[in-house]
Amino acid sequence: MTATVPAPQDNLITLSVDDVQVSVPKGTLVIRAAEQAGIAIPRFCDHPLLDPVGACRQCMVEVPDAGNGRGFPKPQASCTLEAANGMQVKTQATSQMATDSQRQILELLLINHPLDCPICDKGGECPLQNQAMADGQGESRFDGIKRTYPKPIPLSSEILLDRERCVLCARCTRFSEQISGDTSLHLLERGAVQQVGIYPDQPYDSYFSGNVVQICPVGALTNASYRFSARPFDLVSTTTTCENCAAGCQLRVDQRHGDVRRRYAGNDPEVNEEWNCDLGRFGFVSNRGDDRITRPLVRRDGQLAVASWPEALEAAAEGLKKAAGKVGVLTGGRLTTETAYAYSRFARAVLGTDSVDFRSRATSAEETAFLAAHVAGARFGETVTYADLETAKKVVLVGFEPEDESPLVFLRLRKAVRKKGLVVAAIAPYLSRGSAKLSANLVPTVPGNEARILTAASPQFDHDTVILAGERLAESPGALTALVDIAATTGARWAWIPRRPGEIGALQAGLLPGLLPGGRPFGDQAARQQVSAAWGSELPADPGYEVADYAAAAERGDLAALLISGAEAGDMPDPTAFLDALAHPFVVSLENRLSDIAAAADVVLPVSPLEEIAGSFLDWEHRVRPVAPVAAPSRAPMTEIRVLSALATELGADLGFGDNLGARASLDALGPWSGARPDGPRQEPGSATATLTLASWRELIDDSRHSDGEEALAGTARPVVARVSPATARQQGLTDSPRVEVAGDRGSLDLPLVIDSTMADGVVWVPRRSRLGGIASIGGGEIRLTAQAASPASASPAPTTAPSPEQSVPEVAEAAETAVITDDSSNTSAEAPASPASPHPADSPSGWIPDHDTKAGDQS
Amino acid sequence: MTDLLSPVLTRNWGHDRSWTLDSYRSDGGYEGLRKALTMTPEEVVTEVKDAQLRGRGGAGFPTGTKWSFVPQDNPNPKYLVVNGDESEPGTCKDIPLLMASPHTLVEGIIISAYAIHCHTAFVYIRGEVVHPIRRMQRAVEEAYEAGLLGENILGSGYDLDIVVHAGAGAYICGEETALLNSLEGKRGQPRLRPPFPAVAGLYASPTVVNNVESIASVPSILRNGKDWYAGMGTEKSKGFTIYSLSGHVANPGQFEAPLGITMRQLIDLAGGIRSGHELKFFTPGGSSTPILTAEHLDVVMDFESLAAVGTMLGTKAMQIFDETVSVVRTTLRWVEFYKHESCGKCTPCREGTWWLVQLLTKLEAGQGQEGDIEKLLSICDDITGKSFCTLAEGAVACVTSAVKHFRDEFEIGYHTPAWEHLPYEKSALFAVAPQGAAA
Repeated sequence: MTATVPAPQDNLITLSVDDVQVSVPKGTLVIRAAEQAGIAIPRFCDHPLLDPVGACRQCMVEVPDAGNGRGFPKPQASCTLEAANGMQVKTQATSQMATDSQRQILELLLINHPLDCPICDKGGECPLQNQAMADGQGESRFDGIKRTYPKPIPLSSEILLDRERCVLCARCTRFSEQISGDTSLHLLERGAVQQVGIYPDQPYDSYFSGNVVQICPVGALTNASYRFSARPFDLVSTTTTCENCAAGCQLRVDQRHGDVRRRYAGNDPEVNEEWNCDLGRFGFVSNRGDDRITRPLVRRDGQLAVASWPEALEAAAEGLKKAAGKVGVLTGGRLTTETAYAYSRFARAVLGTDSVDFRSRATSAEETAFLAAHVAGARFGETVTYADLETAKKVVLVGFEPEDESPLVFLRLRKAVRKKGLVVAAIAPYLSRGSAKLSANLVPTVPGNEARILTAASPQFDHDTVILAGERLAESPGALTALVDIAATTGARWAWIPRRPGEIGALQAGLLPGLLPGGRPFGDQAARQQVSAAWGSELPADPGYEVADYAAAAERGDLAALLISGAEAGDMPDPTAFLDALAHPFVVSLENRLSDIAAAADVVLPVSPLEEIAGSFLDWEHRVRPVAPVAAPSRAPMTEIRVLSALATELGADLGFGDNLGARASLDALGPWSGARPDGPRQEPGSATATLTLASWRELIDDSRHSDGEEALAGTARPVVARVSPATARQQGLTDSPRVEVAGDRGSLDLPLVIDSTMADGVVWVPRRSRLGGIASIGGGEIRLTAQAASPASASPAPTTAPSPEQSVPEVAEAAETAVITDDSSNTSAEAPASPASPHPADSPSGWIPDHDTKAGDQS
Repeated sequence: MTDLLSPVLTRNWGHDRSWTLDSYRSDGGYEGLRKALTMTPEEVVTEVKDAQLRGRGGAGFPTGTKWSFVPQDNPNPKYLVVNGDESEPGTCKDIPLLMASPHTLVEGIIISAYAIHCHTAFVYIRGEVVHPIRRMQRAVEEAYEAGLLGENILGSGYDLDIVVHAGAGAYICGEETALLNSLEGKRGQPRLRPPFPAVAGLYASPTVVNNVESIASVPSILRNGKDWYAGMGTEKSKGFTIYSLSGHVANPGQFEAPLGITMRQLIDLAGGIRSGHELKFFTPGGSSTPILTAEHLDVVMDFESLAAVGTMLGTKAMQIFDETVSVVRTTLRWVEFYKHESCGKCTPCREGTWWLVQLLTKLEAGQGQEGDIEKLLSICDDITGKSFCTLAEGAVACVTSAVKHFRDEFEIGYHTPAWEHLPYEKSALFAVAPQGAAA
């Protein structure tokens, strides 16, 4: 090689690794620079997404010239050494010093490592095993006594720890501290008995705990459900997309003999990086229970009975034909874009109805208008992306709890808070654990007041602000109207982040009344002509019903048939009323498990679960996320597209395609709409006036049917509690009460009580769904709270204060209470006093979007 | 003989209630501070630099130079942290100083903090030594009462607070970055460098970490001048220092003398090797400095001369062993200490000390096998130069130097227990049951 060293250019430095010249950005670690040169240096503790620690010392290299003409006399850990211009690095490929050092460290790592490989889950994919085989000494020189521990010990119901196997690389503890922000996993003790552990009464409590299993470089961390169930070399991997939320995580699904054994986070740096959440990782066994439907069912004499496909299709077609256009279509928010498009076309072109909706949840006409005007038809790149979250200076969360409702959005926000100084504000009823981990400044908010609070805070927004709005804003009148208006006036960007993976795709497919595929307005003649021409069929003349009107329309007879897929009555705002309404129309259910709706249907057509089909989702960024079949399709059920195609044929029509590729081609041929968008929502701001208002959201791990059968995962759910503020507790006589009964017009729920000092006054928070019940069993109307004695059945006393991880909560609350904006929207946040107790005082100055007070003055 | 001594730090240790402010003041205490407050902080730094005071914690880095590394344009507060986590086997100088004359340290802290524009200083003292901690706490209280601490010290307009912090008992917390972690309430494990403490130390702010003895030497420099200080010692190792002698000497204890005294002179000061015995080996600067033998008695005790014979001045702590002592046993005891005190962060230290202890235990019991000495040295080589901090280097140094000078004794470990070769009761200064007798 030549002796000349190029001058640093564009913040790039050039070094040589094993005599290979490589240019890397300044600040790059030598181990990364070597990767750029195609040279892998062995490592255990190093992980590109974790801060360097230099603990395992495996990645030793020789540095004969540090770039200043002088070398290091000792070998250097390449995972902590920054590359320098002109530096020369010699790895195990060219240096005896590096080879010897690495071999020596490996020998030391192995002296206390048990010979568990034949029974260890990691065997076959274990970095320690691989390296011992590749570079280790064949025989051990250690003839002493190995360190032993009882094994395994549970860190939580899901995560198990074999301390003997641990090489103390601290990846898990660093992940927990740096990435997910959960502080219950620690290194304990010191020296040779240093070990990973937890406090006696505090399990490793995290929604992201599965990641530590994946990044463990040995078999020390395993999870309860996979342990001992397969060998890595027997598994067949498929890269696909997670179906649990709209975050769009890439997944690597590992199956054996067609049975999925485990799911690992895929590596997609632009989306989920290398992480995923526990629901996405562990919540996949739900289709394996005995309620899986594999054969068509037809109701005869009031009973659902097994039928042949021709018989069932005929029965379904007959019922739908009778309804003659008065058909409502409801799909849950979990279909692939292609399947959603098949429903959209089937409804309009075959059934002749515009009553199509994907929203098996609370909705509003305002939301319908908002989605049609501002979300549908938007393409990736026009909207906010993960990368934008990292470059934004301020993020406002409204009607959205990222850790519960889109966990990977949460991780990306936390990364930006930690690394980029992002300031987060939460317009929420209380400072959730997720918000606390984002060091968010809370504006305690009574649900229903979001529009006014957003408006009041808007002088603090600018081009560097991103507003993340959740699907729950549909329940807060005027909030979506305010969101759009504020963005237009302040330059703030926003994203609407639904919980379910298929909602953005369903909008793209036009699965909303008044909305045709590609964002085309139903009432626009040009749009209608495009669709009509492409489909070769007439479109219905009148706009259809929204899902919120289905029950009433069905009872009136205006909807004589319902075609429902992938939805549960339990997700509807009033499950009982919805189920009751199913008694009137003819109901066709396309399902893969027996749901409450399928049980009430007249014809049930079994369809393939997601694992068996191909297609794609659009994540919250509108990014296409491919879905690949994991296992070969089982024979009896058909894909939904094929069923719809067969049904169309039975009805004497042509769907135009019968599989995923056909649906995709048809949708692509239509293309996006370039004409005028429909008018956006116009809705006056709401105002919570009741003495007590119910606040709620879905926690990540609840009684969702997606996590059925995964007991270890269920054990990591957060405690099911009701929360009120100290003032509300006093007012309602609950101060000393361990439990509370929350009652509404439909019933009541008896839950342990947490008095949370960050809580907005006049609000009671309960989980939307849980194993103990949810808001559906409370209903609406006047909310009443009644103190309850400790339940004799409850083994442990109810918590009376917020859980300990929220150490900062009382202090934040103190500041937040003075900044409460409840019914009085004239109290602008620009005047809100400073928040002295922000968890990161240096990063988060005063105010709830601090830096902004002066500009707020300028704009107002 | 006693004219070799140069009592400065230890001068008042014998005074009546020497630890009180009154006693300290009656002997010229706080005069150095008064003088410093008439100078600019930069002049104080220059004075200490010119006196050529070198750190007394072991590494011997020039103290004034360390102070000048503090970036004064950094908007964060500057901190002075005094390292009183003295835990090295054999080292016993800071703790007696804290017991006998805590005000010397308080005065040194005020001057040093003034020099680096620091307004909050911390003294981190090893948690086990409750009595010196109380003395230090009381001295700080007295200083506040006398207007020597707090706001507007002695009318100078300079403010300083001192926090006395008791550690929880970990040798590794004597490593400056582990100390800073511990002080912040984190695990006492060393941090990655860079950033160095001078740039981002305590609470990510510029921090100077100095040994107790280094800071305690500062008042005398201010009082008597840099030339007085630099007039003592050798060419590159100036001034006086406290040597702590322990083991088989007639009068073990602390001896304050200029750098450059020889080991022979120090042993003479301590009354010689105990009667009827002769020197076998000694540590020059605590257990982590390679051992020396009688042939090194005339080596000059300064940083350079000891480095020249392959060891270190360290903390000037001489553990002195006569011919009755088993080197194998002593080495095992030292390595057991390092194994116990390893923080566990890095592989070579955590696993290497675990292995060394097992091998040395076999050799002590006479159950060694042919090749064990080579294995011992090989493990030492596994560890050397690869650990995260220097704790492991210390653990290895005592083994390699012991084998270098007394290999034959380790070979005896292949067949004869050390307690049979050199009965342990003979090296004890009091009656003990021989090893294995009870078992």
